[in-house]
Amino acid sequence: MYLIDQHTKSIMEECKSRARDAGLKFDKESLEYIVTNRDLIELSPKLMIPTLYDYWVNDVEVLKGKGIYKLYPNNPYETVINSRPAISYYNDNNPDWLNIMIFYHVIAHIDFFQNNIFFKHTWNDDFVGQALADKRLIDGLRSEYGRWVDYVIEFSRSIDNLVGYYDILSKTNLPINMGTSERVEFYFGEFLQEIHKVPEMLLFKDIEKYNSLIMEQGSIGETSFFAEVKIKYPEFQAKFDKYLEKRKPKNKDLMEFIIDNSPFLKKETNRWMVSVINIIRNTALYFSPQSRTKIINEGWASYWHDELFRKDERIKGHEVDYAIINAGVTSLSRVGLNPYAIGLRLIQYVEDLADKGKLNFNFQKINNYEIIENYDLKTGTGKEAIFDLRTNFSDFMLLNTFITQEFVNLHNLFVVGQRINEQRGTVEYYIKSRNAQDYKSMLLDKLQHPPKITIDNNKTNEKNLYLVHKFEGKQLIKDYIPETMIGIEFLWGDQVQLETTEIYQIPPRSEDEEPKYENRRVLYTVKNKKIKKEYI
Amino acid sequence: MDLKRKIVTDLYELNDSDVLPGYYKPKKTFVTGLQTLDELLERDKKREEDGFPRKIRLGRIIKRKGAKDNQVIVVPTTTEPKFEHDDSISEDQEEQTGGSGDGEEGEILGERPLEQESGSGAGPGQGDESEHEVGTDAFDLGKVLTEKFSLPNLKDKGKKRSLTKFTYDLTDKHRGFGQVIDKKSTLERVIKTNIILGNVREEEEIDTEELIITPQDQVYRILSKEKDYENQAVVFFLRDYSGSMQGKPTEVVCTQHLFIYSWLMYQYQNNVIPRFILHDSKAKEVPDFYTYYRSQVAGGTNIYPAYELVNQIVEMEHLSADYNIYVFHGTDGDDWDEDGRQMIAETTKMLSYVNRIGITVAKNSWGLGGLSAVEKYLQRSNLLKERSELIKMDVMPAETSDEKRIIEGIKTLIS
Repeated sequence: MYLIDQHTKSIMEECKSRARDAGLKFDKESLEYIVTNRDLIELSPKLMIPTLYDYWVNDVEVLKGKGIYKLYPNNPYETVINSRPAISYYNDNNPDWLNIMIFYHVIAHIDFFQNNIFFKHTWNDDFVGQALADKRLIDGLRSEYGRWVDYVIEFSRSIDNLVGYYDILSKTNLPINMGTSERVEFYFGEFLQEIHKVPEMLLFKDIEKYNSLIMEQGSIGETSFFAEVKIKYPEFQAKFDKYLEKRKPKNKDLMEFIIDNSPFLKKETNRWMVSVINIIRNTALYFSPQSRTKIINEGWASYWHDELFRKDERIKGHEVDYAIINAGVTSLSRVGLNPYAIGLRLIQYVEDLADKGKLNFNFQKINNYEIIENYDLKTGTGKEAIFDLRTNFSDFMLLNTFITQEFVNLHNLFVVGQRINEQRGTVEYYIKSRNAQDYKSMLLDKLQHPPKITIDNNKTNEKNLYLVHKFEGKQLIKDYIPETMIGIEFLWGDQVQLETTEIYQIPPRSEDEEPKYENRRVLYTVKNKKIKKEYI
Repeated sequence: MDLKRKIVTDLYELNDSDVLPGYYKPKKTFVTGLQTLDELLERDKKREEDGFPRKIRLGRIIKRKGAKDNQVIVVPTTTEPKFEHDDSISEDQEEQTGGSGDGEEGEILGERPLEQESGSGAGPGQGDESEHEVGTDAFDLGKVLTEKFSLPNLKDKGKKRSLTKFTYDLTDKHRGFGQVIDKKSTLERVIKTNIILGNVREEEEIDTEELIITPQDQVYRILSKEKDYENQAVVFFLRDYSGSMQGKPTEVVCTQHLFIYSWLMYQYQNNVIPRFILHDSKAKEVPDFYTYYRSQVAGGTNIYPAYELVNQIVEMEHLSADYNIYVFHGTDGDDWDEDGRQMIAETTKMLSYVNRIGITVAKNSWGLGGLSAVEKYLQRSNLLKERSELIKMDVMPAETSDEKRIIEGIKTLIS
């Protein structure tokens, strides 16, 4: 692994300066490496982070020689590493014009990583450096505890998809002055509603009073509000103090909960495991935004490589070459999905909407087709709008907001279904629907979505960890449940239970009948590595 | 439309390195394939001692070389179990993807053959190289191969009978010296050595003059004492691939038949001729194990046509005179012919010449309560008791049967 040569680096720097002129924002520094085959064998199981911790299961995959795809279906390897400085990997024999195009693509990715708020918790990190420190720590532990370190890694990884990424995100992006104090929350929540059971009417009145005090007096509004509360409810302060003492932490993800509460990890001899679990958890959190911004990120990078390279005079003589490559990247498939193509078109669509002034409440109120069709305020705010997209949107938001019938019609999109033709003995692909709603739900269904598994605090104690899976129409992969639970049992140190829903097919009684489905709530219990399943 | 090209349905499958030239693409290297598994397997064994399930699974890949020539290859693989959503079962079974271009709703865009799809839930991933391969994962194929099974009731039949139990033949291989050089094995070893030395690289033409040949890489055939396999056998594999078999039952039956097939090929080599028959409401013979294994579930269920077909084949080809005949049948126990009249008739006919019929019933979860049609009529017919030497049935729940249970089942069938 070595850095690109000076000549290529100067091309990169030139590209950066032009990208900056176009409005992209990113750090001054970036690292570009040429990698060899040997580097890659070691890099790929480590998500292309050269310094990530070692883990023997990765070696099996390397042995298998099939790459890492099976192992990380949701974390395919990155070609641009979101770290400070950003890192990317290349071949050593690209012609200059091709490098220019790729550099623009890479720069747009870097811009996305460093500005999209879903990545906010990664902005201060030199992840590669952090990973190196973690790797050293794990190596050190390994020399002391041997293969038990790998068990902890394994079992932590088995639940690392359940990290509370959105919990962190919501905290990260909450403006400081927007949150209300704990005192206010307690007063209007538990205190008035649960302890005093105040009727709604009075509650709203109280809230109104609080709001007007804040409006009038600003920051001291709260103090004067509670001065009045003290007169009305003399016991409030005592109750609030008591609440502060015994309140339960909210929104803990499973890994965090285990770290804080596991009786097994609390033992002095097992404390070292906590740092390992934390490393796995932080790594998972670090990669969480990647898979949630796949379409928009690739769309963004495709938009800019096209925009910048076509206006770059260095394209001269390579227009056709470029067109072929660009079509390969961004053309819509007749059958199949291409995140580059869909992302790019959605961004272009939003730009066009904004340019015509259509991203506007007044426009939405119009119900005359002709006016809608010819509406064009020539606002010139398209670029601004897509920069807003880049800052604030994830895949879900992009698809959910902008896949409209107009968009689907514009690009002739449709949902493809598959059905068996028994006579011909084939599987047919056919146009199932051109409805935007269908197209949208088909795409949303393809987005990565880890199951929501929470801890039931009432049924959980030192002897039992009770997990509840929120059923969202899909069951968990049954084959994986026992092994995953055995891992959790190890980290918890005692019995673990999981409440989940399973789908059962009721067989058709005759040939013409369609099979029916039934959802059943089940409870898995693991104790001493033995699994039991019962219906509840 | 050309549907031979891979259809991408996973949004996360394409990456910059796939679509843009100029990124470093992973290349297959031969060296990784040469690394030793032993260390990792050793570690996996430790897991059992520590009380955790083993993690390295040996994937079995069947490679089709010719029409009848299948090769079983073993590769290591692992999965990382997590709580994940299962997309395979839902109200809307139809798999959807996106598309673009002209055409009315309902218009057919293209098709692909049904049989391309794997019959089992644990088929191989898509991709060009795996198109000719089949695989499911098992922890220990070796266990099956070394387990001392033997075909029951093996009789001496036919003209190929030999009087001696042992012959001397040039079958054993020896490195360094021997009677006749084994060109293929020698070449394999030479290449292996030279991959390690770095003289063979994927991206370059192989320059044979560069290759270094050591005496230790020369493999010879050496004269040795051999057991003479005199008994010839034909083994019929029958598989129900009707609609109700979808999912686990198919997986169980396929895995079991794959085990039996691998074991037969390993232990009896050329003395066993396998034949493959699939049935839903009709029966058909397929040319090789690959097709047998890969074929997708189809229509309703009638079992007797499959038995009838076996009887026909045996009669037409006069197989019973020269060969020992074995029949292994896998089903979920469902049969539209509820009283099994035709089925019992065909079975009785079969019992007149067969050395063993082994029926595996891999029951669906909904059928666990009572007896399935097949169980009912077989028990009513009393064949299982009266002819217990010749016919065996093994019933297992498809949902919960693991490898151990499946191997246990083989023992029952050939006991």
